[in-house]
Formats: sequence, C-alpha cells, structure tokens
Amino acid sequence: MTSRSLHVAVELDATADSLSPRALAETVARAETAGFTFVTFPDSPVPPRGGSRLEATTRAAYVSTLTDRLGLAPTANVTTAEPFHLAAQLASLDHASHGRAAWVVAADGSAETLATIGGSRLDPAALHRETADVVEVVRRLWDSWDDDAVVKDTATGRYLDPDKVHHVDFTGARFSVKGPLITPRPPQGRPVVVAADDLAEAARPDVVLVGGTGLDDVRTRAARARAAGAPLVFAELEVLLGGSAPDGPWPRGDRLRYTGSAAGLAELLGWLATGVDGVHLRPGVPGTGLPVLIDEVLPALRGEGLLLPPEPGATLRSSLGLRRPESLFA
Amino acid sequence: MSARLHLGVFYPGVGPQFLWDDPSNAPHTEIDTAVAVARTLERGLFDAFFLGEGLRVRENRGRVHALDIAGRPDAITQLSALAAATSRIGLVATQNTTYNFPADLARRLASLDFLSGGRAGWNIVTTDNAWTGANFRRGGRFPHERRYERAEQFVEAALALWSGTAEVARHTDLVGLRATPTVPPSPQGRPVLFQAGDSDGGRELAAKYADVVFSANTAYDQALAYAEDLRARLARYGRPAGAVRILPGATVVLGDTPADAAERAEDVRRRQITPQRALAFLEQYWGRDLSDHDPHGPLPAVEPVEGELGPSRGTISIEDRTGKLDRIRRWRELAEAKKLSIHQLVLEVQPRQHGFVGTPGRVADEWAHYVRTRAADGFVISPHLLPATLDEIVDRLVPELQDRGVYRTGYEGTTLREHLGLT
Ligand SMILES: Cc1cc2nc3c(=O)[nH]c(=O)nc-3n(C[C@H](O)[C@H](O)[C@H](O)COP(=O)(O)O)c2cc1C
Repeated sequence: MTSRSLHVAVELDATADSLSPRALAETVARAETAGFTFVTFPDSPVPPRGGSRLEATTRAAYVSTLTDRLGLAPTANVTTAEPFHLAAQLASLDHASHGRAAWVVAADGSAETLATIGGSRLDPAALHRETADVVEVVRRLWDSWDDDAVVKDTATGRYLDPDKVHHVDFTGARFSVKGPLITPRPPQGRPVVVAADDLAEAARPDVVLVGGTGLDDVRTRAARARAAGAPLVFAELEVLLGGSAPDGPWPRGDRLRYTGSAAGLAELLGWLATGVDGVHLRPGVPGTGLPVLIDEVLPALRGEGLLLPPEPGATLRSSLGLRRPESLFA
Repeated sequence: MSARLHLGVFYPGVGPQFLWDDPSNAPHTEIDTAVAVARTLERGLFDAFFLGEGLRVRENRGRVHALDIAGRPDAITQLSALAAATSRIGLVATQNTTYNFPADLARRLASLDFLSGGRAGWNIVTTDNAWTGANFRRGGRFPHERRYERAEQFVEAALALWSGTAEVARHTDLVGLRATPTVPPSPQGRPVLFQAGDSDGGRELAAKYADVVFSANTAYDQALAYAEDLRARLARYGRPAGAVRILPGATVVLGDTPADAAERAEDVRRRQITPQRALAFLEQYWGRDLSDHDPHGPLPAVEPVEGELGPSRGTISIEDRTGKLDRIRRWRELAEAKKLSIHQLVLEVQPRQHGFVGTPGRVADEWAHYVRTRAADGFVISPHLLPATLDEIVDRLVPELQDRGVYRTGYEGTTLREHLGLT
C-alpha cells in the first residue's frame, strides 16, 4: 500500500448519542458532513454497563433516510439471530439507504448471550462453524433474487421471472434454510461485510478490522490479513482526545489506543495510511470524542489530502472502491 | 364520546389484488414509494401504516409464483427508516410469534417505538407451517395446535421486557429466555398490540392482550357479529368493551356516480383475475402443470392429482384446502352448463371480497354507519394502485368523513396510542 489517503470510520456511541432520536439524527448528520466513510453501531443482546442501548439495525435504519453518502454499519451477532431475518434486515437497510449498508459481524458464544434465546454456550469450534454458516447463508440469501428478477411482463402476466428467484437449500451444522429471501437483491448486491481479523477466516469479510499491541504489530497483522485475501484492511484505534497525556499510540490489551491532541492523532493517521486502507476509530469517552474528531481531526486530514470522503449518492461499495459482486446464482 | 373512525393502510407486499401492470404505479419495493405513501397518509390524518409479513416467497408446484407482486422488506427495519421521514403516522409491523425469538423481537419493537416517539405497533400473527418453517431454526419445533400457547407466552415475555429494567426469565417447553431489557420506554410506554387471526385461538389472544384487532370480517353483518363476539370475550377477561379498536380490512373503489364506481370496481376485478391467474388458480386444485391449456378454452380434461392442497401459495384458507375433488366436479358441471372457458369460470367462482364501492359520499355514509352502530372502529385499506388509490381516498373520501363528524380534522396527539384514543 503506497497510497497516503485513507477511509475513516467511526463507532457511534452505543448509549449517549442514541438516547434521543433527535440527538442521533444530528450526530449522524455531522458525521456525514465531516467525511467519515461509514459509522458503526455497536450492539449485543446483553445490556451495556451503562444500561440503555437501542437495537443497532433499527438505529441504522432510522438515519438511512436522513443521509445520502454515509455508510451505515450495524453490529449483529450471529449466534442469537435467525439467519433468514438477519439477511432480510440488512438487505432492507441497504434498500432504505440506497446502497449504504454494511454488517459488522459479531460472534458471541457466551452463556449469557445464548441465554437470551434459550440456548447454551458454544465452544470455540462450534462458534467458528456457526459464524461461517450464518455468514455464508446470509450471502446466499442476498443473492437469491437475480438483479433482473422483476420483469413486469404484461404479455405473459408475469411480475417475476421464476427462473431468476432461487432456493438456497443451505444446510449448516445447527440449522438449514430453504430460501429464497423475501427481499429483492439489495442495491449493492451484498451489503459490505466487516469483521475483526479473528473472525476473518469464518466470515470472509470485505473489510477486516485489525488490532495490535503496537504500531508494528498492526502493520504485521494488516499484511497477514491482506495475504489471506482481505480486500480492505482497517486498523482499530481507540481514541482519547484532549487529555493532558502526551501524544502517542498506547497499546491497550489487543487494541491500539491513542491519547493526546487532535493534531497528534491526525499525524498518527497519516502514518497509518501507508499500512492500511482505513481506520475504525472508537471514541473512548462517550459523547466527547466524536465532536473533536468532527471539528478538528477530519478537517486536518482533509487539509493534508489524506481523507477519502464519500460522494453524495454513492453506494458504500463504490466509496470503498469495492466491486459489486456477481450473484452466486447468476 | 362521539363515534370516531380510525384508518390504516395495509401496504402491498404480495397477492393478486395489486394491479402491478398499471403504468401509474410507483415501484412498491422502493423506499421512496413507501416514504411518499406514509406522507400521503399523514396528510389524510391516518392512524397507521401497516406492513404485512410473509416469510416465504409464494410458490406454485415448487417454483416461485410469478404472476403477483412479491418482495418485501423486513418490517421493523423499513418502519424505522419511515420513522425519520414522518412525524405522526403510526408504524405497525406484522411479526410472527413462531419464527422469532421473544427477547430479540421485543427489543427491536421497543427500539422502533422509542425512535418514532411512540408510534410503533406490533401486529401479532401466528402463521406457521412446515413450508415456512424451512427458512428458520425454529421450523416445526412445536406442534401447530400449540401455536397460540406459544403466542401467549411470547407476548407475556415481551410485556415483561417492556415493563421495566429487570431481567426476565422463562423456561417452558414453548418459550425459553433469560434477558435484560435495554431500551428505555417510549412516550406511549410500549408498542400498541394488534392482533390478526380469526380462529378461536386468535380471538382469545385478542381478548386477552390486543389494543386493536385487524379483522377479516368486513361485510356489515359479519363485522357486527365479530364485534359482539369480541366484546363478550373482553368481558370474560374483565376488560371494558372500549378497550379494543376493531379495524376490518377493506378495499375501496370510488366513482363520480354509483354506476361509475360499480364499473370501475368490475374493471379492477377483471384486471385482478387475469387469464394467466385463472389458469394458475386451477393448477392449485388440479395439482399439475396446466400451462399447455388455453385459458380461453374449456376446462382441463385431465384428471386432478389426488391429495389435498398444500399451503405453498399461502393464499387458500384451511377449509378450502379440503374437498377439492368435489369442488372440481361442481366447476365442471357449471362450465358445461354455461359454456364457460377457464377464465370465465374463474371469474365466476372466485370468491368476491367484500369491498366498498360508491361515490365518496356514499362510502362515507356506510362507514359512519359502521362506527355509529359499533360494528367497527375503522378500516385498514388494501390499495390496488400506489399511490392512486390512496390519493383518491385522502382527497375525496376523508373530507366526506370529516363533514359527517366521524373523522378527525387534525392530529390531537403524537403517539399511535393517542391517535387510537386508547387509554
Ligand atoms: C386481516 C388479516 C391480516 C393478516 N395478515 C397476516 C400477515 O401479514 N402475515 C401473516 O403471516 N399472517 C397474517 N394473518 C394471518 C393470521 O395471523 C392467522 O395466522 C391466520 O389467519 C390463520 O388463522 P389462525 O392461525 O388463527 O388459525 C392475517 C390475518 C388477518 C385476519
């Protein structure tokens, strides 16, 4: 990667920003204007520490008709979903946003999470298989209507061409799905799939999120993800802005964390741009980090010509330079 | 309190009623069409915008049914998109209690309710069959006879999750969960509960839990009988007669004169029952491919395949799925006696839905009579054209209803519960 520009995605605070519809709408509008490529909506079936959180796809859908270029990436957990509903929900988000949907794959096999659907804990092998099965069947369901399945042919009285709508006949380890999906093929063909690198083998995402214990480790993991076939690699970066700590990237567990000034962050991102296609920023302090990113960091990146902001009306795939996939059935 | 009429629209998703071949139609699967329709309904001061649910694309002998519109969004996702594009209209999602997990569905509905400022509704349905179940983890896990038991336990769990912040646990053979609510209550407290389903089990579910019923009993006498039945059931559960709003499904064809309206209605029916649909209708009963038959020719001479009708089209009621050989014999006698082609026979025998046909003033009189005599509290309209059917209703019928004092002249509240006058 020799390009010096990058996509910047940001995590929307799970709680504070969403606790009024108006605040959510305003935050997202500002994020769009600032030039983020997409926003992620974190989620889990179990409550966050603070208590309140709205369901992520519903939140993303709410802002879909209020925006025209920002990618919308809700998190959805594979182990507690009906894969058929999940495919329809994400396809519907893609239709509602005219092609700006993405899916951040979560795979939580814990007892607490599975209990929400009356299930029990999954061991790592079962979790890996479940992740692969759910992502695979969701992709097939998105493909189950050909792009030109609706023919509206008055001469034959046919609304659909029945040869262009397909059963998927998927059998996984723990479920099977007949198909086709109830929802026509989404505008992007398939919404963009985003997943952390430890899920990449199972989920085969379009965008792999890599963590690391330091900058070199991030670069190493990015190279490894790319070698394994990842179309795009984004670095995960937690940010704590405006504190009194000296500027710099600090490893925090498995995820890179930056503490310091907005200018220092812009500089760090410029450096990261040579190793990854984008960054996924997670403001560390709810409600305060995002305004600084919007008001200071993104303008600085723009000024340096480092930012790749989406164009009005663009699909997320086209903003990311990803091709629109052919259907498996075409 | 004076009689109040409430109106909703059942947005088209499937079926032969919708005239997709009309050049005036906006594409029903596109979000922009749904947004425009929802805004039209707000202009007409409607209570609610409904999305139905069908979790398997209809089929005819193993292939998707090609003649009707198909393709629909996930309801809660789409309604959440509409929530931001509208400010008053109620947003009602039809959602099944068989193929969903209670904690997940309750959380999605609560999120929609919160984001829409208290405008969400849940139309509770129990439709279950192995054919639909083939798309789900839960497919066929419990017996059909127990679908309403599951529905009840499901609704109880959802109500518990909506009533506070405490963990809710259920461990029965039909419902299992341990979950903690995460969504704050909306201005209306919780989503409004709708029930659609006419069997005894469905009516009991409505009597216990529903705020609104979406009923299939539209003709006046049936509507009144249904309303009286429901009121008797409500009393048995200690609920007042006014606790539930009854909204039968309705189709509407307006005209400048009674004769003009009747002519337009007949034209709609002829366009709904196309020659190809007539042949497909017979194929369901014959159980075999009849595509080499001319719909304008005589009835098939070949014998039908033995065995009763499967649920794969999802359109034929249970009682009509049995006794098919007898039915076919009667159709043959009728076609013989009246010299009818396949198309003509189907035009003759396919049941006519009860619809409201007339001048705007005449339909308004009829509807005012329903609400004044408590046969219904309003209607849920299935349009045959988008947006033409609804534009006409909003522009021509709504003013007539207002003149008769049975319809609001402005929204008085902001939540769906307030629109419906529920306490
Ligand atoms: C007016 C009306 C609308 C309905 N809409 C739907 C729908 O959109 N999706 C669905 O699965 N079932 C729908 N149903 C079906 C009912 O939930 C119910 O399952 C069906 O009538 C079978 O009856 P039973 O289960 O009560 O025996 C509807 C029923 C009525 C009366």
